[in-house]
Amino acid sequence: MPGSKEIRTKIKSVQNTRKITKAMEMVAASKMRKAQERMRAARPYSEKIRRLAANLSHALVTEYRHPFLTKNASMNRVGLIVITSDKGLCGGLNTNILRMSLNTMRDWEKQGATEIRVTAVGNKGLGFMQRLGANVISSITQLGDTPHMEKLVGPVKVMIDAFQNGELDAVYIAYTRFINTMKQEPVIESLLPLSGERLGAPEHNWDYVYEPDAQVVIDELLLRYVEALIYQGLAENMASEQSARMVAMKAATDNAGTVIKELQLVYNKTRQAAITKEISEIVGGAAAIAG
Amino acid sequence: MAMTIHVDVVSSEKSIFSGLVEFVVLPGEAGELGILPGHVPLLTRIKAGAVRLKLPDNKEELIFVAGGLLEVQPGLVTVLADTAIRGDDLDEAKAQEAKQLAMEAMANRASNVDYAKAEAELAEAVGQLSAIERLRKRGH
Repeated sequence: MPGSKEIRTKIKSVQNTRKITKAMEMVAASKMRKAQERMRAARPYSEKIRRLAANLSHALVTEYRHPFLTKNASMNRVGLIVITSDKGLCGGLNTNILRMSLNTMRDWEKQGATEIRVTAVGNKGLGFMQRLGANVISSITQLGDTPHMEKLVGPVKVMIDAFQNGELDAVYIAYTRFINTMKQEPVIESLLPLSGERLGAPEHNWDYVYEPDAQVVIDELLLRYVEALIYQGLAENMASEQSARMVAMKAATDNAGTVIKELQLVYNKTRQAAITKEISEIVGGAAAIAG
Repeated sequence: MAMTIHVDVVSSEKSIFSGLVEFVVLPGEAGELGILPGHVPLLTRIKAGAVRLKLPDNKEELIFVAGGLLEVQPGLVTVLADTAIRGDDLDEAKAQEAKQLAMEAMANRASNVDYAKAEAELAEAVGQLSAIERLRKRGH
């Protein structure tokens, strides 16, 4: 039987691949649930801090103009925080967000942006920006499965400081928004300066007592708010990553199944052909002897 | 029944406590703060330490926070807790670290933004993906 051994080996190898993709699919499914929970768990904080910032917006405008809320006339120097995953094998997740970032960066340059600074969160984004030759001012990789605010503080501070010192006119954030298990959407949102509509209308206008003074507390509050937004983006990105991986691995498992089926068919056919050939040879031989 | 006040303790990673309490003690920046129902609206930073909540059933709950912000509204207290100890020096050190990491990664980068190359790379990846997609559809 010519070739049947090769086919058997091939089937074996595809079966092994299917085992791996199946395992990855199940791991991703369980991680996805946890990532979604984490994403939800992060919401009360950002919601509370947003409301608090909205309540203060009146005071913010009249008493103390914070740099985060001051719109810059020009948009020539832009910062971009790109959130990607550390690992691959998650379908088009990273490709989509990086392509979107690339197009946006090019548009900015066309519109006359003289400087684009990038903060890369996640290995894939860092690698891409590195090859691209972008000006990466800070980065963080190896975030693991749990997003930790602690790890984000540093790289984000570099970007926020640049904005606060007037080195950047605007800061954007690119991440993959989690819509549902089957659907994730790459988005680029404006982060700084903070827009009034994002904060929403104030519900109350308490006359707060500030301790030690308004400026210190508001600085801290707005910084926390911006960090919470970035954290939320990271948490969404992680949930997106796991569900994209789950879907990609499910597809790979299904594909492997199809390939195995087809190979099995080919294998059976060659086996049958070999047997038929042998039988006809025997019959032919017997006929020759009898004749 | 004693007067109570609603307290929420949340951190950026999760919601830690939410419920009615009679009395809250927090490590305020200027010193220990005790908050009873009817406190004036207040906004302040808090230091790392324990938040002590006196629950209506005479039980006490202790929550350790690494610092953060405290907001007091009439009838509502919100503690926005940090998940890690923060400080200008600490933050700065982390920022430096992140910068360093990026600098090392950038050490062997291309001199200019090579959009064409990146575009080609991405187009290839997208092409592969759509090819896989098509293959998958064709194969049932």
